[in-house]
Amino acid sequence: MVSVLLLFAPVAAALFVPMLARRVKAVHTGWFVLAVPLLLFIYYLGYLPSVSDGRTHIAELPWIPSYGISFVSYIDGLSLLFSLLITGIGSLVVLYSIFYLDKTKERLGNFYVYLLMFMTAMLGVVQSDNVISLYLFWELTSISSFLLIGYWYTRDRSRYGALKSMMITVFGGLMMLGGFILLYLMGGTFSIRELIGMAPELVQHPLFTWALVLVLLGAFTKSAQFPFYIWLPDAMEAPTPVSAYLHSATMVKAGLYLVARFTPIFAASELWVWMVTSIGVLTLFWGSFFAVKQTDLKGILAFSTVSQLGLIMSLLGAAAGAFHAEGAAGTIFKFAGFAAIFHLFNHAAFKGSLFMIAGIVDHETGTRDIRKLGGLMALMPVSFTIALIGSLSMAGLPPFGGFLSKELFLTGMLSLRQLDLFAPASWGTILLVAAWIASVFTFIYSLYFVLRTFTGKHKPDELPKQAHEAPAGMLIAPGILAVIVIAVFFIPNVIGKWIVKPAVAAVQPFLFDSPAAVDVHVAAWHGGLTPELTMTIGVVLVGLLLFWLLPKWQGLYGLAPEALSLNKLYDASMYLAEGGANRLSRTYMGGLIRNYLIYMFTGIVIIILGSLVAKDAFAISFEGLSPVGPAEIGLILVLIAAATTTLIARKRLTAIISLGAVGYTVALLFVVFKAPDLALTQLAIETVSVALFLLAFYHLPKMSRHDEKRKFRIGNAIVAGAVGLMMSLLAMSSVSQRALPSISEFYKETVHSEAGGGNIVNVILVDYRGFDTLFEIAVLSIAAIGIIGMIRLRLTRKEDGHEKQ
Amino acid sequence: MKNSDVIIQTTTKVVFFMIFLFSIHIFFAGHYTPGGGFVGGLLTASAIVLLLLAFDIQTVRKALPFNYTVIIAIGLLLALGTASASILFDVPFFTHAYDDFRLPLFGLTSLHSAMMFDLGVYLVVVGATMTIILSIGSDD
Repeated sequence: MVSVLLLFAPVAAALFVPMLARRVKAVHTGWFVLAVPLLLFIYYLGYLPSVSDGRTHIAELPWIPSYGISFVSYIDGLSLLFSLLITGIGSLVVLYSIFYLDKTKERLGNFYVYLLMFMTAMLGVVQSDNVISLYLFWELTSISSFLLIGYWYTRDRSRYGALKSMMITVFGGLMMLGGFILLYLMGGTFSIRELIGMAPELVQHPLFTWALVLVLLGAFTKSAQFPFYIWLPDAMEAPTPVSAYLHSATMVKAGLYLVARFTPIFAASELWVWMVTSIGVLTLFWGSFFAVKQTDLKGILAFSTVSQLGLIMSLLGAAAGAFHAEGAAGTIFKFAGFAAIFHLFNHAAFKGSLFMIAGIVDHETGTRDIRKLGGLMALMPVSFTIALIGSLSMAGLPPFGGFLSKELFLTGMLSLRQLDLFAPASWGTILLVAAWIASVFTFIYSLYFVLRTFTGKHKPDELPKQAHEAPAGMLIAPGILAVIVIAVFFIPNVIGKWIVKPAVAAVQPFLFDSPAAVDVHVAAWHGGLTPELTMTIGVVLVGLLLFWLLPKWQGLYGLAPEALSLNKLYDASMYLAEGGANRLSRTYMGGLIRNYLIYMFTGIVIIILGSLVAKDAFAISFEGLSPVGPAEIGLILVLIAAATTTLIARKRLTAIISLGAVGYTVALLFVVFKAPDLALTQLAIETVSVALFLLAFYHLPKMSRHDEKRKFRIGNAIVAGAVGLMMSLLAMSSVSQRALPSISEFYKETVHSEAGGGNIVNVILVDYRGFDTLFEIAVLSIAAIGIIGMIRLRLTRKEDGHEKQ
Repeated sequence: MKNSDVIIQTTTKVVFFMIFLFSIHIFFAGHYTPGGGFVGGLLTASAIVLLLLAFDIQTVRKALPFNYTVIIAIGLLLALGTASASILFDVPFFTHAYDDFRLPLFGLTSLHSAMMFDLGVYLVVVGATMTIILSIGSDD
């Protein structure tokens, strides 16, 4: 229970932030906020010993018990790792932001409220065992990320980036919700643990593939996988602490978390392994390739994040692939899951520090454009050191954590070749080669990032500000992360034991029973020239060569036409959705009532005739029909003549008179059919309405062309004919197959005995079914009052001289 | 009606009462023979329209100083009141009651609560028709 409530601690703390930001001006609001993630971090550290023993902790807070929806805090290795990352890096980011954001110029209240909201959302995502509450928190991350990206909302680029990330991640979120609902339909439970228990049966279910694809869409959009990565570079408009926190260390890893969490359910499917691995490698390659093109420091880091997320994603795919490999626990297959989690941890550390350095460079020089920067090494030695550590770790060089994870990554990729899941057997090899090339590019952009910024010639004229070293407070957070990056290299197995192995056991429960069973030993030196080491040496040599030649081939990037990029595709689809929908509705919503009537009548004809045909309901029988007398025939002929005159009349007056003739003929028909009440009423009403028509006719304006003969429109004629045909068929069919006898016998029998009357029509109107009459007189009253309203209001407007026209 | 139509005005003075009495007859007879509140109301209204045609609006307003919207309201109230009065007697909404009574002047007469409802209908029809015609007629 307590741990569920702790999920909401940041958001609860956020309630007080605006007050603090407004009242306490002397102290930077961040100092108050800092306590929240720090305390949570310490709290979650307390779970480490028990979780590394393989125990899990679960607490539940019912939310909508009747639907089985609850807030659950489920802490196992995987969610603990993520919780520690969220709170740990969260603390560092808050510390960093205290020095980064100016307390007088920025709206700190907003910033920290959004940030704390995000923290709750993220903790909720990783600890939720209930998919519905997982989805709730998932969307909350999208929303808070939207708010944070658009923090400087007066800038166009910020708003564009925020909207783009919102559109893409919410699209994925909704897909994911669909996947969750399918899982619920299959398994009958919202609990992930219970679903994992049912995994063998779920695979057989026909909806399984749909659920898989939908959940993956959610994961891919959130984790910026190809082709959904396009929001991440635009999200760099956010303040740098936000980029460091959300878009490198936490939110973008929510998709990875999702894939890892659902691996036990979906791993049995080959499609899962295939998609996750292939998309991961494609993203890895694509991101690393285009990172070298960027000229903006944060742009490089954004593409590098995309690429590294792809790397982790591909490893998670390979980890799921272990399900399909015989005796995977004994082979190199077991490395994939370990490598994924290990690199996830490493990446969070070094990418967080690199973003903070990019922010420091921006803050101290006034620009992030790499073409203007250079030679900052002597001016900003500490930043340079930290940047170098982060970059070399990213490039995968010893003695940094990145080296170990790169080796493990190559091991995982090598293991893919043993998998015979892929349709072309060489696919595993292709993935391996793509991964290797991506590693080369990773190496290049890592060097590109750090060397172009800090070495070379200093260009003070181009810098908006006089460059100098950042204040110490700003350097603390990246410094701590840099220390972690180095520490990982020297004590990988300590981190492995406490953090990585429990998470691996959660991701691959089919492979390992407990964290202790994960018998992966990481060593910097495997002894001898392993394939991995050979490949790393190759990466370094080719990477150095290409980096040296970079000025010669960087121009190649200009060759790819901008119009074909995915961003253009996104913009075009947004334009199409907005402008296209607008144009589409303008084509049929012309505003002409005539057209709308055509749609309606056509629709009615199609529906009625369609259902008559579909239900085979045509029936015309002349059984039980009354004989037709000469009076009826004569009246019908008059009626037809009058109606035809109304249609073809050249003058409106003729039409009105013939309409009156129709009305009186109908009254006569009522007489013939023995309905005296109707005949009386019809006569009176027809007289009044003809008089009203004449009134309207009399007041028609003089100038327009009333006396012109109406044009004959073939379309109208067809629709009118179809409506008439449809109604005739319908009437004939319904008369011919009357299913029940009329209830009028009852009225005949009881009109005197029960109702004390003789005129059945009137007794029905006032007694049997007086309810209808009550509301009909209400309708009449409303009509009368409406006419008063229209006429009186028009009069007053005229008096006020406000009348238009 | 600027020019004095003596014949039409004189005829109207007679015919009006005939139409009016006929409409009353139609209204009361409705329960047993064709007729009822609706037609009765329409006929009354046409009698007043005849007055309007023969005289002018001011004269008719002076002769029949009714506010027709109030008549609509009274009619609606009467109809709704009749319908809901049954609730007081612990029977469902819109249950009518009737019985024979020996009235001082009419002798043995059958009285039916539906007549009250029909009176409501009658008043609403007269009021609504006259409101519509007067509103449009007095609009220039």
